[in-house]
Amino acid sequence: MTGRLWALAAGLAVLSLLVGGAGFGLIDPLILWQIRLPRTALALLVGGGLGLSGAVLQGALRNPLADPGLLGIGGCATLGAVIAFYWGLGAAFPPALPLAGMLGAGIGCAVLLGFAGRMASGPGLILGGVALSAIAAAFLALALTLAPNPFALSEITFWLMGGLADRSLTQLALAGPPIVLGCLILLRLGRGLDALSLGEDAAASLGAPVSRTLWLAALGSALAVGAGAAVAGGIGFVGLVVPHLLRPWLGQRPGALLAASIPAGAALLLAADLLARALPLLFGFAQEPRLGVLTALLGAPFLVMIARKAAP
Amino acid sequence: MSIVAVRNLHARLGGRAVLHGVSFAAEPGTLTAIAGPNGAGKSTLLRGLAGLLPGGRAEPKRVAWLPQDARCAWGLTIAQVAALGRIPHGDADEAAIDRALAACGIAHLRDARVDRVSGGQARRAMLARAFATDPAALLLDEPVADLDPAACFEIMDLLRRTAHAGRAVVVVLHALDLALRYADRMVVMQDGRIVADAPPEAALPAAAAAFGLRLGPDPAPLLLPG
Repeated sequence: MTGRLWALAAGLAVLSLLVGGAGFGLIDPLILWQIRLPRTALALLVGGGLGLSGAVLQGALRNPLADPGLLGIGGCATLGAVIAFYWGLGAAFPPALPLAGMLGAGIGCAVLLGFAGRMASGPGLILGGVALSAIAAAFLALALTLAPNPFALSEITFWLMGGLADRSLTQLALAGPPIVLGCLILLRLGRGLDALSLGEDAAASLGAPVSRTLWLAALGSALAVGAGAAVAGGIGFVGLVVPHLLRPWLGQRPGALLAASIPAGAALLLAADLLARALPLLFGFAQEPRLGVLTALLGAPFLVMIARKAAP
Repeated sequence: MSIVAVRNLHARLGGRAVLHGVSFAAEPGTLTAIAGPNGAGKSTLLRGLAGLLPGGRAEPKRVAWLPQDARCAWGLTIAQVAALGRIPHGDADEAAIDRALAACGIAHLRDARVDRVSGGQARRAMLARAFATDPAALLLDEPVADLDPAACFEIMDLLRRTAHAGRAVVVVLHALDLALRYADRMVVMQDGRIVADAPPEAALPAAAAAFGLRLGPDPAPLLLPG
């Protein structure tokens, strides 16, 4: 299953290298290397990181509605990048934007762990995440109200909607390593997540390192999601949807979903990004729809479906 | 030294003292029932024995603990639930898992999802998880609470045979008739203290007193094992 998903992601990646505003095929090496390659590679990395952290967080919190956005890590990354943009750091020094995003994610992660305490518990993590999201959203709104000029306001707003268009190789180089590192941390949590499906006490009685598993889940998600959000903006619902798509094939054991959730998330985000690029070509839109808007439009009905299924 | 024991155990729950210096040692080869009113500290004592109270430790390979409301958050198959009991050993010993499923009478349900079987079958799956660890001591909180009378007899018989095969089995039990019929030793708790520790017949008056009830004349059981 994991192999076939990787093949699917690879196929979509090749397609992604061939499709764009300039037309179909290998039109110009410059377009391929400077525009389509970073975009494709970022879709793979960001989607894979979102998918895996969604699978890990649902397992860690024992909640099928959990999503990286839920922990507020994405919101903090966005806030960090917006602050950097606001002070003109992004214009003076381009890598400052993603770096500030990662810093925001790191601070968010630290605050979250402070909330949850030394013995991080599932409900504690959720509450901390909700509080963190609210704080990040409030500061974002403040930054928007105080925007220095209409240009900055529209720039921030567009960035908040999430997207992978016009990303550079520099951004790829900045976001890639933390996402890969985060994924490596998260991939090792399978056994602890399996034990946690019996509850935290029963998992502890089985000798599973409960609080270490929860800490690493938060840290790995901060790296994988925070770095991704810093370069791609707000892209939601991938982490929520991926585990649900995998369970009918792989079963419900949390640890069984981890390896496959990376290529599944990557394939999902690549497909959504291809759709974003195809829509202007097919329907003659002046602009391509923002990727974050597309994933939200596709993901929100899915959330309603899951919630209905979960209701008694 | 017993594999599970506590000495002078004090415990607080939400600011309220629930155990006032309890000492208890589980004996190998013995099925011990812990009885007493709600809030007497039975479950907390069991958690203490399982090493789950602050500062406590237990050896996961040798002690299996089953909480009262044991359930699985996800729809694992029953074989997967039992396999979780192998986590302390770091393996997936199929033979141990099959033995546990067979002992709990759910071998035929191994591929069924635990969230799609009856409550009693799910309860047996949780019990199989504890058995799959192959522990020296089993600590079970109300293991027959949601089983029908025939299943209660069956599981209690299994626990007695398990104990008499050399393991220490400690069961929190509200059903005094089951304690009387199956247990070798009955510990009665009241207000965070052990008020009786004796063979079940001898401890029965103390249990009745702990509940604030009287013993009836020659209680004839309504149902007997088939």
